[in-house]
Amino acid sequence: MQFTPEHEQFRKVVATFVENEINPYVDKWEKAKIFPAHELFPKVAEIGGFGLEYDEEYGGQGADHTYTLVLMEELGRADAAGPPMGISVQATMSTPALHRFGSDELKRKYLIPAMEGRDVTSVAVSEPDAGSDVAGIKTRARRDGDHWVINGSKMWITNGSQADWICMLVRTSDEGGFQGMSQIIVPTDTPGFSVGRLIEKMGNWSSDTAELVLQDVRVPVSNTIGEVGRGFQQQMVQFQDERLTVSYSAAMGARRALERTVEYLRVREAFGRPLIANQYLRYNIAELMAECDILIEYNRSMAFRYAAGEDVSRMATNAKLKVGKLTRQVADLVVQYHGGMGYAEENWAARYARDSRIIAIGGGADEVMLRVLTAYEGMDRR
Amino acid sequence: MKIAVCVKQVPDTWAEKKLSDSDKTLDRESVDGVMNELDEYAVEEALLIKEANDGEVVAVSMGPDKAEETVRKALQMGADSGIHIVDDSLAGSDSVATAKTLAATLKDQGYDLIIFGSESTDARMSVVPAMVAELLDLPQLTFASKVSVDGDAVTIQRQADYGYDEVQASTPAVISVVEKINEPRYPSFKGIMAAKKKPLESVAAPSGEPVGLASARTEILEFAERPPKAAGVKIEDDGTGGVKVADFLAEQKLI
Ligand SMILES: Cc1cc2nc3c(=O)[nH]c(=O)nc-3n(C[C@H](O)[C@H](O)[C@H](O)COP(=O)(O)OP(=O)(O)OC[C@H]3O[C@@H](n4cnc5c(N)ncnc54)[C@H](O)[C@@H]3O)c2cc1C
Repeated sequence: MQFTPEHEQFRKVVATFVENEINPYVDKWEKAKIFPAHELFPKVAEIGGFGLEYDEEYGGQGADHTYTLVLMEELGRADAAGPPMGISVQATMSTPALHRFGSDELKRKYLIPAMEGRDVTSVAVSEPDAGSDVAGIKTRARRDGDHWVINGSKMWITNGSQADWICMLVRTSDEGGFQGMSQIIVPTDTPGFSVGRLIEKMGNWSSDTAELVLQDVRVPVSNTIGEVGRGFQQQMVQFQDERLTVSYSAAMGARRALERTVEYLRVREAFGRPLIANQYLRYNIAELMAECDILIEYNRSMAFRYAAGEDVSRMATNAKLKVGKLTRQVADLVVQYHGGMGYAEENWAARYARDSRIIAIGGGADEVMLRVLTAYEGMDRR
Repeated sequence: MKIAVCVKQVPDTWAEKKLSDSDKTLDRESVDGVMNELDEYAVEEALLIKEANDGEVVAVSMGPDKAEETVRKALQMGADSGIHIVDDSLAGSDSVATAKTLAATLKDQGYDLIIFGSESTDARMSVVPAMVAELLDLPQLTFASKVSVDGDAVTIQRQADYGYDEVQASTPAVISVVEKINEPRYPSFKGIMAAKKKPLESVAAPSGEPVGLASARTEILEFAERPPKAAGVKIEDDGTGGVKVADFLAEQKLI
């Protein structure tokens, strides 16, 4: 496991990109409660940020997974989590199934414009009545000749109000459970599709999160990704990429939050000396930094193994669980050690605390990770 | 069209820069090196001209071992090949020695255009492009905010206080560009990978010319750190704030 000079050069490019194209605008985007994906995504595409691991034939970069790690680590260091979340959705959540299972025609029509950043995309699995329990989704596509006619609603959809197309998991039969689901590409200009509302959230303000409504939405059956009826299984593969991505970026984000807190404690004085002089404060920071470092190394080991073709599903579950817990501890510490400033919106710490709270919930909540891990150990069998 | 673009590695713009105590030159080892920002615009302009007219772009840099990174960055952005002039004898060269070295390397290589950034963020002299033009006996089109190439005619808008002058010359010519000219591209993942395979040649200093610190026509006798910034003037607005601000600016000869 070793980074090459090319990894380091790409890291520099992404870091510069974050510094120039994201950070100067996040205050504005946070206030506006949306970042302009159609402006930002072509720039992401310019550096090769979309489709790193995809075939060049379909607008991909032909890199291996370790470059995704580098991309996500650096995006994790941005001043707000919203824009990186929107980018991550397109890079690793809404498109992997299309690339892996989609037909040549579908990839040409939908994957290429997304990889070029011209199209903005979402992945829609969650519904008002089903989140962790994916098998509980009810949105239904019924076949009418060469078309699906879709009815239902989707909830919490990142990039949802800006998306040009959505990778949507729906029921295509009445089998129930994990059976009879399919992944369908739904262009958002299809009649019957509408954005029900934007959801006001605790954090990630600059990311638009939408509830979507589908009323007799007709899309061609050829928009089905992969096999009809295998949607759940395909989505589970896609979820793994999401867990990896979240772990990479959030571990780095947590590390940076602690570093920034140290900077503050060096200049903030109390009782006649800088706050950093207090052993209590710096020991606690050092302890969490150590945990971040261990997680970052675990992530990197996982990325190199994944690139080498190993199954890392269990490692990804471990990492996602750990990063969810760790960021909650880090967020609490950085707010606390900034005192009143930690509670003030004008300071970054409050935003970090609000933004990072989603990590333990989205992409499979902590408890879902634990459920999976207990199954790995056979603890769910009596 | 064969284009040379000269790029310099400078200390990271935001880093604290130090002069070394021993020879009173800029300490380039202790800080991260980056491509001089204006040179990114020069590379971009070279690439735009190449893309519109066909041809090749050669990135040229004079500097210590580390400066190879900067040539590499130009290759990542899209330049076709690179030349790194690296030689211990060059250390401490002033702008005249730099211009002579670059000119000797660029001479008789068939370049139609030689493009520079108009100044570097470290020395900030803005003289090397003009000196190279002079040494090569080529027309100089400096401080360009726009370049158009039509056959062997090159026209630029030369940035001035009052707007711009339109200046024309025929190739071969030397151009220096200002920031307004374009929006430099980022190196992309594919650019990084492609650059690995592009030719990057290291060459020694051309012989014949005295270069390096000993040849410098200027000498730094003494230096001191810039004193810390004094506290500013605070103006309370009691209704005459605007006038007071204007008075202050007038006093500083800013308006
Ligand atoms: C900002 C944001 C962006 C999002 N973006 C998207 C998106 O782009 N696309 C998309 O499809 N979804 C998205 N989601 C939805 C997200 O994936 C879900 O919120 C998440 O999966 C949790 O589901 P839920 O909200 O329905 O919670 P629930 O499933 O109702 O869970 C509530 C709580 O119960 C726990 N729980 C559930 N089941 C069990 C169990 N068996 N044992 C023990 N505990 C359990 C959970 O862990 C959680 O703590 C987003 C959510 C947010 C907040």
